[in-house]
Amino acid sequence: MLRFLTRRLLSAVLVLFAVSVLSFLMFFALPRDPVTAMCPKNCNPARLERVRQELGLSDPLYQQYVGYMKGIFVGRDLSSALGGHCDAPCLGYSYVNSEPVTRTITRVLPVTLSIVLPAAVLWLALGVGLGMISALRRGTLLDRLAIGFSLAGASLQLYFVGAVLLLVFCYTLHVVPVPHYTSIWSNPLDWADGLVLPWVTLAFLFSAIYARLSRAQMLETLSEDFVRTARAKGLSKSTVYGRHALRAAITPIVTIAGMDVGAALGGTVVTETTFGLQGLGRTVWDAVREGDLPTLMATVLIAAVFVVVANILVDVLYAFIDPRVRLR
Amino acid sequence: MTSQERPLDGSAGALGGDAGANAIADATAEADGGGTTVRQREPERTGEPLLAVEGLTRHFPVRDGLGPRSVVRAVDGIDFEVRPGETLGLVGESGCGKTTTGRMIVRLLAPTAGRIRFDGRDITHMRGRALRPLRRELQIIFQDPYSSLNPRHTIGKIIAIPLQVNGVRPEGGIKRRVQELLEIVGLNPEHYNRYPHEFSGGQRQRVGIARALALRPRLIVADEPVSALDVSIQAQVVNLLRELQRELDLAFLFIAHDLAVVRHFSHRVAVMYLGKIVEVGERDDIYRNPRHPYTRALLSAVPDVDAPGGASGRIRLAGDPASPANPPSGCRFRTRCWKAQDICATEEPALIRREGSAQLTACHFPETEPPR
Amino acid sequence: MSLSPADDIALSEIGPAGPQSQAAGEQLVGRSPGQLAWARLRRDRTAMISGAVLALLFIVALAAPLIERLYGVGPQQQFQNALDSYGMPLGYSGGVTGGHWFGLEPGLGRDIFIRMVYGLRTSLFVALTAAVITTLIGVAAGVVAGYLGGWVDAVITWVTDFALAMPFLIVALAFVPTVALRFYGQREAEPALFRVAVIIVVFALFGWTSAARLVRGQIVSLREREFVEAAQASGVGLAHMLIRQLLPNIWAPILVSFSLAVPSYVTNEAVLSFLGVGVVDPTPDFGAMIFRSISYLPTDPTYVFFPGVTIFVLVLAFNLFGDSLRDALDPKSSR
Ligand SMILES: Nc1ncnc2c1ncn2[C@@H]1O[C@H](COP(=O)(O)OP(=O)(O)O)[C@@H](O)[C@H]1O
Ligand code: SF4
Ligand SMILES: [Mg+2]
Repeated sequence: MLRFLTRRLLSAVLVLFAVSVLSFLMFFALPRDPVTAMCPKNCNPARLERVRQELGLSDPLYQQYVGYMKGIFVGRDLSSALGGHCDAPCLGYSYVNSEPVTRTITRVLPVTLSIVLPAAVLWLALGVGLGMISALRRGTLLDRLAIGFSLAGASLQLYFVGAVLLLVFCYTLHVVPVPHYTSIWSNPLDWADGLVLPWVTLAFLFSAIYARLSRAQMLETLSEDFVRTARAKGLSKSTVYGRHALRAAITPIVTIAGMDVGAALGGTVVTETTFGLQGLGRTVWDAVREGDLPTLMATVLIAAVFVVVANILVDVLYAFIDPRVRLR
Repeated sequence: MTSQERPLDGSAGALGGDAGANAIADATAEADGGGTTVRQREPERTGEPLLAVEGLTRHFPVRDGLGPRSVVRAVDGIDFEVRPGETLGLVGESGCGKTTTGRMIVRLLAPTAGRIRFDGRDITHMRGRALRPLRRELQIIFQDPYSSLNPRHTIGKIIAIPLQVNGVRPEGGIKRRVQELLEIVGLNPEHYNRYPHEFSGGQRQRVGIARALALRPRLIVADEPVSALDVSIQAQVVNLLRELQRELDLAFLFIAHDLAVVRHFSHRVAVMYLGKIVEVGERDDIYRNPRHPYTRALLSAVPDVDAPGGASGRIRLAGDPASPANPPSGCRFRTRCWKAQDICATEEPALIRREGSAQLTACHFPETEPPR
Repeated sequence: MSLSPADDIALSEIGPAGPQSQAAGEQLVGRSPGQLAWARLRRDRTAMISGAVLALLFIVALAAPLIERLYGVGPQQQFQNALDSYGMPLGYSGGVTGGHWFGLEPGLGRDIFIRMVYGLRTSLFVALTAAVITTLIGVAAGVVAGYLGGWVDAVITWVTDFALAMPFLIVALAFVPTVALRFYGQREAEPALFRVAVIIVVFALFGWTSAARLVRGQIVSLREREFVEAAQASGVGLAHMLIRQLLPNIWAPILVSFSLAVPSYVTNEAVLSFLGVGVVDPTPDFGAMIFRSISYLPTDPTYVFFPGVTIFVLVLAFNLFGDSLRDALDPKSSR
């Protein structure tokens, strides 16, 4: 297990390193003059020059990269912009937002987490539940309804459904407020109230995929020999389904769920745009429009970290559920 | 014979009058007991061996997450020879390394150590293109008739591929030759356009045989070619192989997991246990006067009337063979041997001719009494 | 005499064409697994209906110029006189009339129907091209990694992990405008086809991983089968092994993944348009239409309705067809 973990971690670190190098190249090396790109509006030539010096933009690229990475792990000096030191996870300074990128991120990240995590719980529970029920009640009306629901969900567009739900439940029926974000710590009720529409929308669309997946997986597992054998040995139905079939069916679901949650955390651009919430995704969008490269760079890194961490968690979980994978 | 086996074989007319009749005659004769084996033509059993194997070894490294990396000694230093036109039966329990041996000989697996000589050439380290000419002379028939045929190819294509990739241009064209081969193995030549899933196990195995014959090899490694088949069909396929050997002057390394199947087909027999050969010799010597306790145990399981031990003398081996990842010291059979002494744990018995018999036996205390 | 279970399967699969009933000569020609799958597909009503819907949509997209001629209205034509002073279409339900079947766009007053016909063309072109490219790359990478194993496999697997870790939307958001800027500067008009090409490239960079993973897994399990060794023993070369022995055995998953990739590119292309980095106006495009229509949802629902429903039908048909294809190609998979 330990060896498996180390191997996994090592490859993850390597992936993150490559992501950081590639996005660094993409954002800072390829296009335009990076300084003008970073500070497009309120920078006079004198300030531009200072920024250029401070970021070492005349240095070779690798030194700039090292400077950037140093900022993340130990902090760096950014006196021209901040008038001082930028502390340890220093992701640079956004001249567009006039604040350190780290501060922007800490402000918007809770919004995205608040959208994705509860929605993920909802979509997993709903999707897997529906899938299991329809697999066990195969061929019944219930099964058909579940299949129809999941096919519709898998074929619908988030922004489309979101807009329709907004129109109906928010602007016409007034059963939910206009989506907004309040910190869960200051007012949990308002937090839930303001996010319920995005949760429901995400849950509907994503659970569809899980319902399809878990139904198919469950049916396949149920037809496998060991379930038949276990039944033949006289184990009770609930034991067999609960302990064996579910366990075998759950592994691929875990994989996809991990990847989905990881990806969603890094890119709720569409959700946030549709519902007008200022999370990580919306920040990316703004950064693209404003040419705010430091913020973009930071969001790519954070998104990659989410994906990679989710993948590792999945692998570890996998190794616990099904010890055979360790033998790979 | 299964119902779906019959129509094809029967209507084929492929084995044509005599081959088919012979096969059936053989099948009946065999049922009468061992006496019929005298009919077998003795190949020319002198001169240079076609295949000579020395110290052949294959170790598989295995990691199992926990613990250190270990090594499975699948085949651990074996020697034998096969002469032109001869059948060597290689027998042993499942997992003793027979398949690994066969695959090394046709160079599907690289040996860890040892030497393989074919027709005087050292082929141990041949690779890539150099192996091409060898492929034509050295072919293999696989154990599983279901996974050994590509399900997406017609059987015609399956048999034609060896010809095509080796640039063989038979007179009359490839299709003609493929149909001939189908006929030879007793399938309807009109079926060359059919897919493997349309055939029964026995018929598929015939396709596999035709594929192996396509390049007119001199030696065929037959890796348990009948153990996946129904007993009734086994006899047919074995008879087919015997016919082919007679007509095409083929040599066989015939692998089996019990001594019954190879009995009437082999000229010589090698018995393998846990990566080692424990006894090897002329067929009659092995069957009439087995010296190694393991051979004796295997033989006692053969439900044949004139088998030593008879019905009452069945020797039941206790437990399973030890793991090839961690073989016992000294004699590998000692964990299951009823004659084991201290020396068996410390000193490995050599595979040599023992007093009172012609074959080679690797045992410190070979059986002396001929079996009852 | 008892048959082995495998024989039972073999027999039940051939049915009446089996060796048992070879009265007619034509039955001597075997039915390939592909032909069997096709027969199963033909019997599947869902497959036939969704297939017909897809065929219809494809024909519409291909015949767009012909439809334009028959319909008499072009995609760039503006009908300002059919809009009120706020730019909203006159008449009921978004200006639906005999001349404008699906009504007019608010603002510019362009005909929605003919723009959808051309938009379908753009969307399908992008999605199909991207799906073909990603499938080709994915299959090549997966086959090579799965068959060769060792360090080749390790490298390809790592690159796959890497591509998966790059957040697709963010990179697309950042990459597309950057590339456009680099080639055409701030002021120059960017040709429509260039943007389409950039989008396809973005899809290609990210999309091949799932096909590669799938194919790799399939090849790894195929590699254990004895027919692979049989081919090696016959002396076949690497190219023959990969293309003629292994590839024919993974058509089924490749086809299925292809048929499911197309709708995912249709939706992703729409998302890019929705986020403003997709196909640029005035090129007609589904995603762009929906993007613009959403803000008119309360005032002109017709504008949202037609493109929204069509893209739903398109994606649904693809999904249904993909599912049916899977069932037809792999009868063991449950439905
Ligand atoms: N590729 C491999 N990796 C690890 N162990 C293997 C491999 N192939 C075979 N073995 C092991 O080698 C031993 C001999 O296998 P095999 O030659 O297939 O035996 P047989 O054909 O006599 O049944 C077995 O213990 C088997 O588990
Ligand atoms: S050497 Fe000893 S343990 Fe081995 S077979 Fe002979 S008697 Fe048995
Ligand atoms: Mg074997």
